Amino acid sequence: MASYQGTKINPTNFHPSQLKFYLVIVPLAIFMLLPIIFILNHAFKPQSELFAYPPRFFVVNPTFDNFTQLATVANASGVPFSRYLVNSILVTVSGVVLTILFTGLSAYGLSKLKFKGKKLLFELNTLALMFVPIAVQIPRYLIIAQMGLIDNYLVHILPVVVMPVAMFLLKQFIDQVPNELIESAKIDGATEMQIFFKIIIPIIMPAVTTVGILAFQALWNDVSASTLYIDDESKRTLAFFMMSLTASQGNTVAGQGMAAAAGLIMFLPNLLLFIFLQGKVMNTMAHSGIK
Amino acid sequence: MNGPAWFIIPYWTLFIIFIVIPVVAAIVLSFTYFNAIQAPTYVGIRNYIELISIDTVFMQYVLSNTIKFALIVGPIGYILSFLLAWMLAQIPKTPRTIFAIILYSPSLTMGVAMSTMWQIIFSGDASGYLNSMLLNWGLILEPIQFLQSPEYLMNIMIIVSLWSSMGVGFLAMLAGVLNIDQTLYEAAYVDGIRNRAQEILYITIPSMKPQMLFGAVMAVVSTFQAGGIGVQLSGSNPTPQYAGQLIVNHIEDFGFIRYMMGYAASISVVLLILVYAISKVTFNLLGEKE
Repeated sequence: MASYQGTKINPTNFHPSQLKFYLVIVPLAIFMLLPIIFILNHAFKPQSELFAYPPRFFVVNPTFDNFTQLATVANASGVPFSRYLVNSILVTVSGVVLTILFTGLSAYGLSKLKFKGKKLLFELNTLALMFVPIAVQIPRYLIIAQMGLIDNYLVHILPVVVMPVAMFLLKQFIDQVPNELIESAKIDGATEMQIFFKIIIPIIMPAVTTVGILAFQALWNDVSASTLYIDDESKRTLAFFMMSLTASQGNTVAGQGMAAAAGLIMFLPNLLLFIFLQGKVMNTMAHSGIK
Repeated sequence: MNGPAWFIIPYWTLFIIFIVIPVVAAIVLSFTYFNAIQAPTYVGIRNYIELISIDTVFMQYVLSNTIKFALIVGPIGYILSFLLAWMLAQIPKTPRTIFAIILYSPSLTMGVAMSTMWQIIFSGDASGYLNSMLLNWGLILEPIQFLQSPEYLMNIMIIVSLWSSMGVGFLAMLAGVLNIDQTLYEAAYVDGIRNRAQEILYITIPSMKPQMLFGAVMAVVSTFQAGGIGVQLSGSNPTPQYAGQLIVNHIEDFGFIRYMMGYAASISVVLLILVYAISKVTFNLLGEKE
């Protein structure tokens, strides 16, 4: 039976029988990629090409004009472009760290510690996977207003930290860690916290990375917090600035180049992160099943 | 620092503040008249009655739009995710990784960053990209107002949503297909499986049920999360002639534009029940039978 390959899943090299899959995947991938290639080109087009008729898809003489214009427009509005950028970086970095910490602690508790009601909590979290935050934005707004968190940097971060998907993935991953490892650490006198930070976190690094990426996407792209909970322009994030810019300028041809540059700035960090870390993400997803 | 409380309290405190209390508050508020300035007054089920009797926009457009949008984007996006994951699993690792990144990347663009791009592509004048292409090919005689005309907006919303629907669920299913034990297939062929269709039906899908379910839940949620897309594309709420109005936009319209918070809360409750019901059905279809 050694020579017989029952299935072609995960082949090691090319075989003519795979051609039929390439025939489907390649055109579809090209189609999916078109808008992204388009925005990449559009962002670097000089004025003359933005106004060209008929419009061209590819850029001929790339320039950074649109990006410099973007910064100029922001500075003219009273809040410098760098301020939005710093806000976004600050919020995203601290939010990612907090999300990993909070969901990780809870995941370890639900996976390895013994206490009453942990099954119920996990089921509640699985139920919350289906939760659509957008549906309760009004009560959320009222609660945040009641807590006096309007115009506080925390409102960018805290709602995102509650990420049932992240908690779920980490718990599924920690379930794979053998109990003997934890037991032997306890015999050596380690506390649960030490075990969590020194043993569990290094082992579940792929899952931590995945959660980090998901949190990054949620925080970096979020405009709702800036729109609803922040009145002070200098505490708003890059995503919000890009959105308001697009809303006010996106309809003019000159504005389109700027809007494309803005879209590119928002999109690229997401993409680069995923490309660098995709191996770890795939490793985590193997344990993503809901039983 | 050793008790479970240290591990449980941080996350679950926020869970209660941002998920449990808002849901409860939405239910409570939905039985009140509340304009965000005066204290809420109890009105019983009047909001719900108005929603299904007086609110013609809701019954005529919003509900049917939401159901149409969800029924097309959800299942098609899900089936497409599975098929693509299955196909990608049959090609070698390097091209597979590259294509997986390409297919996944549009899902990173959800939201604001890319609505710009679609506005440029579907721009309504003769220099809009799609319009100028169609004009050049002689398919149309005058430019179409894609994002402002009711007959196109919904379809464009569906296309854009499908384009960006290969998200986390797709990655989960790809990992699922790759992790199926090879010997299962071999045993199945010995037992008389004949073709790829049977292979998928009897081995692939049953073996990756948990990932299938995870993918399905993600598909349901992301479909409803994408509710804002019509407003982003057309640049106005309400959307032109309510063509792209989904439940989420309706909530925003009444809550943040008209300040009828109690009424908006009752729409929220309907949405939550809808998402929950659909997920329940999904679980019953795909879940492990106890």
